[in-house]
Amino acid sequence: MTAPILVFATGNESRGDDALAPLLLRSLEGCAETAGRVELIEDYQLQVEHVTDLLGRSAVLFIDADMSCAEPFHLSEIVAAKDSSYTSHVMTPFALLHTYRQVYGTDAPPAFLLRIRGYGFELGNPLSDRAAANLEAATKRVWELCTDGNLQCWRRQ
Amino acid sequence: MTDKLDNLETAAHPENLRRVAIDPVSRVEGHGKVTLLLDENDHVHQVRLHIVEFRGFEKFIQGRPYWEAPVMVQRLCGICPVSHHIAASKALDMIVGATLTPTAEKVRRLMHYGQILQSHALHFFHLCSPDLLFGFDSDVAQRNIVGVVAAYPEIAKQGVLLRKYGQEVIRVTAGKRIHGTGAIPGGVNKNVSAEERDYLLKDIGQIIEWSRAAVGIARQLFEQNLDLYNNFGTFKTHTLNLVRADGALDLYHGGLRARDMNGNTLFDHYDYGHYWDVIFEDVKPWSYMKFPFLRSLGPETGWYRVGPLSRVTQCDFIPTPLAEEQRMAFMAFNGGSAAGATLGFHWARMIEMLHAAELIQELLHDSDLQGNELVNTGKRQARGVGVIEAPRGTLIHHYKVDDNDQIVRCNLIVSTTHNNQAMNEAIRQVARQYIDGRKLTEGLLNHIEVAIRAFDPCLSCATHALGKMPLEVELLDASGGTVDTLLRASDGAFCSPG
Repeated sequence: MTAPILVFATGNESRGDDALAPLLLRSLEGCAETAGRVELIEDYQLQVEHVTDLLGRSAVLFIDADMSCAEPFHLSEIVAAKDSSYTSHVMTPFALLHTYRQVYGTDAPPAFLLRIRGYGFELGNPLSDRAAANLEAATKRVWELCTDGNLQCWRRQ
Repeated sequence: MTDKLDNLETAAHPENLRRVAIDPVSRVEGHGKVTLLLDENDHVHQVRLHIVEFRGFEKFIQGRPYWEAPVMVQRLCGICPVSHHIAASKALDMIVGATLTPTAEKVRRLMHYGQILQSHALHFFHLCSPDLLFGFDSDVAQRNIVGVVAAYPEIAKQGVLLRKYGQEVIRVTAGKRIHGTGAIPGGVNKNVSAEERDYLLKDIGQIIEWSRAAVGIARQLFEQNLDLYNNFGTFKTHTLNLVRADGALDLYHGGLRARDMNGNTLFDHYDYGHYWDVIFEDVKPWSYMKFPFLRSLGPETGWYRVGPLSRVTQCDFIPTPLAEEQRMAFMAFNGGSAAGATLGFHWARMIEMLHAAELIQELLHDSDLQGNELVNTGKRQARGVGVIEAPRGTLIHHYKVDDNDQIVRCNLIVSTTHNNQAMNEAIRQVARQYIDGRKLTEGLLNHIEVAIRAFDPCLSCATHALGKMPLEVELLDASGGTVDTLLRASDGAFCSPG
């Protein structure tokens, strides 16, 4: 049985604030309130095969660290978009949604992108204090989204 | 002019060409930078490729307990974490003095072949097929995976599902998608259950068929553009790779084989536990990345190429029937021209993908995968070296451990580092062939990238926060002024700086 909500975190815990999304995912693990309704997936980066993870969902939330968004985080609904990153081993969520449409012939489920503001991404660095504060705020918001599950709530900024 | 074109690494008269020191903006993400220096007539005097370096990781791992290494090193790279996981585990097998049980070695091999399959599928179908199917300077709006999907939907879909299958092999053998703990010092921590075996067996026939068809596509592309494929960024070079004791292609284990550019053997079946006696790493002031070379030939001429093209052309045979049939065709093609061509990488890579698929099928029918003897130990050692043939080439992990079980020294020579000089040489050839005397355009920029991409370098490492930029090309004139700069952002869009 596919859980209706997918939360997909990307990042590398060994590179400072790039750990934001994986750490947020940890805080949701084992949560009784979302059991069976929310699946948590983590990977270093998005790639084409992840379209198979989107199949059969009612909503998808991508989470990633971001160097340029407003503090503490930015949540928005996203749509499929062409992506010309043909030399990159990293796909954007927009491109993944577009690939989904091409592979399955239908639009991907409603998808949202949560960007959490990070500041430093050096190898071996811990999460910065400022990023930790942003993480706390973002976690609270994701908790609301996952326990509610109503897309109107997700679309409320 | 001939003099300058002989070597574009460093301009002959730098006093006339303002030297611009270009630091990688950041080493935390996969950041590649190409710089070109021009004279007043737009002729190229210097071409350099700068790539992310892993030296920071070698420091980062020091002081950690050795048993953490196979998991920690997966964070080195988001593209090939499994390769680092296995290479580190092999090195630590030496530290714990273990000879692997049949079950442990076969589970690890299965994991490794899954990694080869998914990595090669991604590279060919999604990173390179846009160039290969539409042309190097075709409409950039079409030259991407979306364009491939639109024009060749079945090929693109196969690419997705091949990649997915490889990832599933990894998940089953490593225990989970990422941060897998399947390989541990001295063995593995789980076998492959009968249910998991049956799950993977269900689709392997299809995977082999698609892999076989992919070799056909690669061959067809070469045949249809013979002159281009033979000559694009092509140069003669020495080679390095592992081979099995009988000379067969072996991606997991073997001895080192090096041959010079004329095919003469420099060393063969060399024990990689003493790799430093035959390989040394040079340092150049303009790059964070080291430049490995064969000691016997010296730093100037001893650089070499690793990866699928070296492996497929330098092994004596491939020990699976379908891939061996394709290897023989590859070697015989057009008098052997594909075996020396930079774009021959793609064809060789697809032959390896077919080989990996055949090996997965073979292993899935081996009952040792369900064995329960998972770990061995022996006499503790202070030093361990693990070498595998990763998707991009020879990968060396070397650790020294103290009496407190802490890692006190770590040296990694990753595939892309081995290919550093070879990639520089490839883009210099492209500069000679396509850029010398011309204005830089996106299409010409892509020619440089096509040459780099043939090697499948690890330009994009695990950090990937939104807003980063993986490639920048600068064109400088005789006075050091910037003639043109093109940036490619992480979403693949081209833009001007500022």
